[in-house]
Amino acid sequence: MSDIFDQYEPVIGLEIHAQLLTQTKAFCGCKAAMSDFPNTHVCPICLGHPGALPVMNKQHVNMAILMGLATHCSIRTRSAFSRKNYFYPDLSKGYQITQFEDPICYAGSVEIEQEDGSVKHIGITRIHIEEDAGKSLHDIDIDTLVDYNRAGMPLIEIVSEPDMHSASEAYKYMVSMRQILRYLGICDGNLEEGSLRCDANISVRKKGIKAFGIRTEIKNLNSFRNVEKAIKFEIVRHIELLESGGTVKQVTMQWDASTQSTKELRSKEQAHDYRYFPEPDLGYILVTQDMLHDATMLLPELPLAMKQRLSHDYGIPYYDAGILTEDKSLANFFEKTCLQLSVKDKERYKLVCNWILTEILKILSDKKISINEAITISSKGIAEIVDLFADEKISSKIAKEVFSHIVQTGESPLQYVESKNLQQISDEHIIAEFVNSALNGEAENIEKYRAGKSNLMGYFISKVMKISNGKANPRMVNDLLNQQLM
Amino acid sequence: MTNSYSKDRENVISGITTFDTIVQQHIGNINANSSMNAFLLLNDNAIQSSKETDKRACSLSSIDGINIAIKDNISTKGIRTTCASKMLQDFIPVYDATVISRLKQKGAIILGKANMDEFAMGSSGETSYFGATDHPLFSGYVPGGSSSGSAAAVAAGFCHAALGSDTGGSVRQPAAFCGVYGFKPSYGRISRYGLIAFASSLDQIGIFARDIDTVSLVFDSISGEDEYDSTCSRLSPSDSFSNVDNSIDYHSLTIAILPENELLGLSQDVRKVYDTTIQSLKKAGCTFKELSIPASSAWIPTYYILATAEASSNLARYDGVRYGARVNNDISQDMTTASRSDGFGKEVQRRIMLGTYVLSSGYYEAYYKKAQKARRVIVNGYKSIFDQADLMLLPTTPTAPFKRGEKSSNPLEMYLSDYFTVSANIAGIPAISFPAGYNDQGLPIGLQLQATFNQDEKLLHLTKQIASLIV
Repeated sequence: MSDIFDQYEPVIGLEIHAQLLTQTKAFCGCKAAMSDFPNTHVCPICLGHPGALPVMNKQHVNMAILMGLATHCSIRTRSAFSRKNYFYPDLSKGYQITQFEDPICYAGSVEIEQEDGSVKHIGITRIHIEEDAGKSLHDIDIDTLVDYNRAGMPLIEIVSEPDMHSASEAYKYMVSMRQILRYLGICDGNLEEGSLRCDANISVRKKGIKAFGIRTEIKNLNSFRNVEKAIKFEIVRHIELLESGGTVKQVTMQWDASTQSTKELRSKEQAHDYRYFPEPDLGYILVTQDMLHDATMLLPELPLAMKQRLSHDYGIPYYDAGILTEDKSLANFFEKTCLQLSVKDKERYKLVCNWILTEILKILSDKKISINEAITISSKGIAEIVDLFADEKISSKIAKEVFSHIVQTGESPLQYVESKNLQQISDEHIIAEFVNSALNGEAENIEKYRAGKSNLMGYFISKVMKISNGKANPRMVNDLLNQQLM
Repeated sequence: MTNSYSKDRENVISGITTFDTIVQQHIGNINANSSMNAFLLLNDNAIQSSKETDKRACSLSSIDGINIAIKDNISTKGIRTTCASKMLQDFIPVYDATVISRLKQKGAIILGKANMDEFAMGSSGETSYFGATDHPLFSGYVPGGSSSGSAAAVAAGFCHAALGSDTGGSVRQPAAFCGVYGFKPSYGRISRYGLIAFASSLDQIGIFARDIDTVSLVFDSISGEDEYDSTCSRLSPSDSFSNVDNSIDYHSLTIAILPENELLGLSQDVRKVYDTTIQSLKKAGCTFKELSIPASSAWIPTYYILATAEASSNLARYDGVRYGARVNNDISQDMTTASRSDGFGKEVQRRIMLGTYVLSSGYYEAYYKKAQKARRVIVNGYKSIFDQADLMLLPTTPTAPFKRGEKSSNPLEMYLSDYFTVSANIAGIPAISFPAGYNDQGLPIGLQLQATFNQDEKLLHLTKQIASLIV
């Protein structure tokens, strides 16, 4: 069977809807805060009251341009809005204002990294501006209720080329789009809460054949895991269908998480005729040279570039740089910490990186907060701990103690170490005394060690450390013990 | 007949009367003629407002105290606004249209909401859910439409002025039928915010009055940029009233008229008034040029394709979910269908279906796209006409007012009565119908003057001079 699967090439394209972090909604002055109490951010415009008219939101346009630039799109200097007509109770005007012909951004690409480390370009067909519909809440008691806080929320729709050939590529593309949106600060990228939504178009064809197979579309994939699972499922379904002599029907599917399978939502015959036509209530979206210039100035370093730079400039492993740059604020924290080190070398950068990837990430994930929300963890504090350790003023054990203390209090590690007299002991005479008293009465173990049982070294070290209350310089303890036991 | 606004205003200032008295007289007239069915609702606050206006009689703003009727498709906060449809029979808006807040701010007194064809779809006032409006002078005849109540109210002396809306002639045609002035400004000169949309790219709020000065005064008060309407012109509010240059050299005036073969379906009585007017103007020294508006056979189809396409989308919001009539209290496609079948009248349903059809996949290119192309041809045609002439003179309607019921069973014939008015909406240019005479029966006949885009002030000035030669 696996041979048969190898004979096919899946072809996948994704449509991503991203809800943008503007101050106000797309076409009215209502606050863009859809998670507030239902129907508290509504007005005649987003409720589609008779006679109300939409007005363009400059911030919405600017964010779309920013995303366009970040994905290497061409930006149209003049584009227009269209109406997409369909009836649904949460669609207050009976049409959605969107862009149809000539979207604001087109012909771009993003890079995804493959397992072998090579970079693949996924084409972006278009990015267009549109508004969200309200949210229907079904079966509340016996009713369907509608929350119009979401009606008119600003969206961009990002349509990829059918350039992906596996579920894992689609997954990577999705992850990298979210990362870019977050780096730009224009979308919080939460699939579960719907601020990022994904529809997938899938077809398969025999390898070597150029023509596309018949595609199906999967709607509303509400988690990264489901994106990958649903696409995988659909690929297998297509191939098995074709292999058993059947044909794929062009239908819209839905991922059912409870059965872990896709099911048909509507057939091609049931597809809507949206009757697009130019929106007569709005003028053209005009993008001036100034707007483009401003957007270019605002364009931050993008995730992949930052990952490469951190790894290269700070000498940290590429894999580690990848984890740091998953979240821009974490990567920024890393750089800020490095800047505050007393000695700037790769050894200390690596230490900073390790601290972030182990201790700090653990706290963040336990508390489910971001680094910016962790107010007791400061870049200055982490730099101090790393310096204290690298200067051999505290041991790694003490460093961990200091860290867990400052996480509680937000105190300066330097002051804390001084006030508690936790500084490491590096006086050779004192350490020699510790070693002597530790080896006292250990004649038998010393014999065994000398006879080749080298793992006893750990036992001796820990004994010395215990006697010193953990303050003895471990490197010196190690050296002295080695001398004594030779 | 009651006085013009400026006469009444003078009388108030000199202490002969008060706005309170004027409002009471108007309301008395309306109530005494309630069978005309010109108003759907009278504003309870009108008398109170007039008393407040009287308190500041020594420092009145330009339209202070003017008694104005508002077509019932213009949103009035707290005052029921129905579009003369069952769909909105209980609808009370939560906001004022921009024109309403501007009128209120300048002290205008809103007398009430005027009857109209349902959702402004009709040319006779007969499609109103609340019953047809009668002709103010000849009972049994139609006052024209869709701004039937606004025109009738002004002609009958129920108010000083009225607002209507003109998508394909809905201000000019009833003005002609009722023997008053009806002005449709250039597209965008008056904010559409709060005008309940029929066809967004053609709709324009227009003004009725018995004299051109009142038209100008109201236009000056409500026109101008509006941040709530992106299609609204950035031009400053005009000063068409006070800047009137009364000296006009008729000899330097060139007026375009249509070639004979484009004067389609013109009845004899309208033809007579049209010819007489041209003769008077020639005598005064005006030069006439026969110039053709291109694609005359495409005017009506172009208009009805664009207007119904936009209407099918604009009227989609009336689905029974948030406001208006709901039939079948169950959120589903069935509820939407039932509510719309019940809430919309026949003509509205006919146009929604037509508009849905022309936008459908497979037909879009053949209809909507083609209509858009024809629109550009007409726009350019007008540009070339106004390169060669100051104004264009046309009949407003092919015929004098017809009898109620005469055309209501034949939609196509009804649509053809818009032949001379739709091109101004398609091109977005300003156009005005002025009272030009009467037929033998005494039914009013209006003629239409048009000017190039955004030359609204010039059009108003010249209309005043030209009308003064005829009347």
